[in-house]
Amino acid sequence: MSTAAIADKRSSSLRGASLPKWSPYAIALGSLALAILIGTLGGLHSRIQWGLIAGILFILGTYGISARVEGRRQAKDRVATSLVWVAFLLAVVPLVSLVWTTAQRGVKVLDVYFLTHSMGVVADTEPGGGIYHAIIGTLQQVGLATLIGAPIGVLTAIYLVEYGRGRLAQAITFFVDVMTGIPSIVAGLFILSLMLIFKLQPFGFAGSLALAILMMPVVVRSTEEMLKLVPNELREASLALGVPKWRTILKVVLPTSIGGITTGIVLSVARIAGETAPVLLLVFGNPFINNNPFEGAQASLPLYIYQQYANSAGSGAAYDRAWAASLTLIAFVMILNLGARGIARWKAPR
Amino acid sequence: MDISTHKTHAGAPAPTPQPAATRTTQRKHAARGAARGAARGTTRPGDRIFLGLSRGAGILLLLTMAAIAVFLTYRASLAISQDHGNFLTTFEWNTNQQQPVFGIAVLAFGTVVSSIIAMVVAVPVAVAIALFLTHYAPRRLSGPISYVIDLLAAVPSIVYGLWGALILVPHMNGLFGWLNDYLGWTGVFSWEGGAPRSMLTVGILLAIMILPIITNVSREVFRQVPRMHEEAALALGATRWEVIRMSVLPFGRSGVISASMLGLGRALGETMAVATVLSPSFLIKASLLDPGGGTFAQNIASKFSEATEFGRDALIASGLVLFVITLLVNGAARLIIARRKEYSGANA
Repeated sequence: MSTAAIADKRSSSLRGASLPKWSPYAIALGSLALAILIGTLGGLHSRIQWGLIAGILFILGTYGISARVEGRRQAKDRVATSLVWVAFLLAVVPLVSLVWTTAQRGVKVLDVYFLTHSMGVVADTEPGGGIYHAIIGTLQQVGLATLIGAPIGVLTAIYLVEYGRGRLAQAITFFVDVMTGIPSIVAGLFILSLMLIFKLQPFGFAGSLALAILMMPVVVRSTEEMLKLVPNELREASLALGVPKWRTILKVVLPTSIGGITTGIVLSVARIAGETAPVLLLVFGNPFINNNPFEGAQASLPLYIYQQYANSAGSGAAYDRAWAASLTLIAFVMILNLGARGIARWKAPR
Repeated sequence: MDISTHKTHAGAPAPTPQPAATRTTQRKHAARGAARGAARGTTRPGDRIFLGLSRGAGILLLLTMAAIAVFLTYRASLAISQDHGNFLTTFEWNTNQQQPVFGIAVLAFGTVVSSIIAMVVAVPVAVAIALFLTHYAPRRLSGPISYVIDLLAAVPSIVYGLWGALILVPHMNGLFGWLNDYLGWTGVFSWEGGAPRSMLTVGILLAIMILPIITNVSREVFRQVPRMHEEAALALGATRWEVIRMSVLPFGRSGVISASMLGLGRALGETMAVATVLSPSFLIKASLLDPGGGTFAQNIASKFSEATEFGRDALIASGLVLFVITLLVNGAARLIIARRKEYSGANA
């Protein structure tokens, strides 16, 4: 602190000295220049190494200069700030790369033909073909899963919020929490064990059952949160008018929270639409169009991506199709997400 | 009978004088209704049907959980009783031969190692991003970035897998060479030069995948830190970093722990991303850079298509182990969260 006190001449003695606002930029430029100098003199070719050296110099420089002028505590603060920024930038790189690569490579073969044709007579290593059969499969499986999972999930949440007391409710709450963490492949194995017992061949609805298991806890959680937000005064007002409890729930509680509940359901649909593992075990994949989810193997978008990758034998055409299918899947999931947020904002209780 | 009771009960205005007989029956019914109402909370048929439905849904959920445990255990026991190796310690997975031999040692090792790498990489970065969003980023940036991270949490794992296999793997060569040059002597980072489809790559990919979820949960926790705590620290002259260390991190510690365990649960059960990136083998290697090893979920996905019915039972047995591990991890995370709720009752 003594250096700080000496360095500080112009302001009152209550304030320590501080570096000017432009100092981080100056230190950054300086360390970058120094890193390039070291890099060229040391014969380092990789730009990444230059960047790393610059980063280390920046942090050391910041600490040194700031400790000298402002004191050690300020120096630590500045280092923490730069570390947090570095962590953020570091994490942005792969995530941006993921989205960018998918978009850039996906648009190559993504056209109307690709969306409206199946892989029926196209070998995996040849160009051509499309994802129509996979879109049909995904829509049917996810649709059926939603028909099963959403009502059960919403009813369970109603039970927990409106009726639930005692041990049963506690047990359900705990196991819903635990169920949220079940790996998707375990849900798939559960249905698989049933199929082995009943000697069934893969079919679309089996996948729907596994997806419904994955969906239910998510719906329960989000619906529960939404129902808890409904003010108790509304319920009491309705009950005081002599309205039966079940009609109070149907006519007062649910309409008030319908926006949030729908949002939760749509988000859970988006989550299960991307699940591959249970579909791989239970629906098996099929290059032909199968419109019947209750009989015979079906395709699905995530499974299609995996199989194009795995069966490609390094063929560029298969990779192109996999990227295009990924782009379609991401677009589908993002549209569901944005739609859900739209519903939430539009139906938000005012 | 209940219908009539309640029609009378609800329909009759209480103060109106009525014939004595009706009044007594009404009072009797009302008393009975009230007694039952106090005990069960409902009496009307509509109410009972609705309660039955919603309670039934809850019970169905519990039954599903129980059924998962029961059926997996049943099929697993069929396979394990035929196992000619030791299920826990065998380094082999041959289920299609006359005398099947399989064990989960390699899978358990690989699952734990890849998840640990993922946690070591992801947790500090995720916490830093959460701090960035709540305490460092300009407000105008913080909103959109949180939103984008929410969206990234929704990207399907197979897309991460495809990206990992085709983009991340080629980019790992440089890092692997560097690690081998400078840290190869440890044995853990030695590299024979094979394609970098190894445990380290898997761990890094898993870290990228669980980053959004850990960030999201931590961010929510950091946001709940009582403003008073931070302002008190600032008033004592603390720097921003000291505020974070003294008030934000202690308050958010259990939240961060449970967020990490949620991420860990995901990393343990991740299937497709590992199956696309790893080139598996049934060996335990000291080096994280050489290809080989496997995880529970990856093994199920890659062995499934060639497995006979017995082979599928064996895979179910390994899935049961994964199920138990994730149950323990998630249960622990939930208990920590529950404890935190009690403490945060004083969130002034």
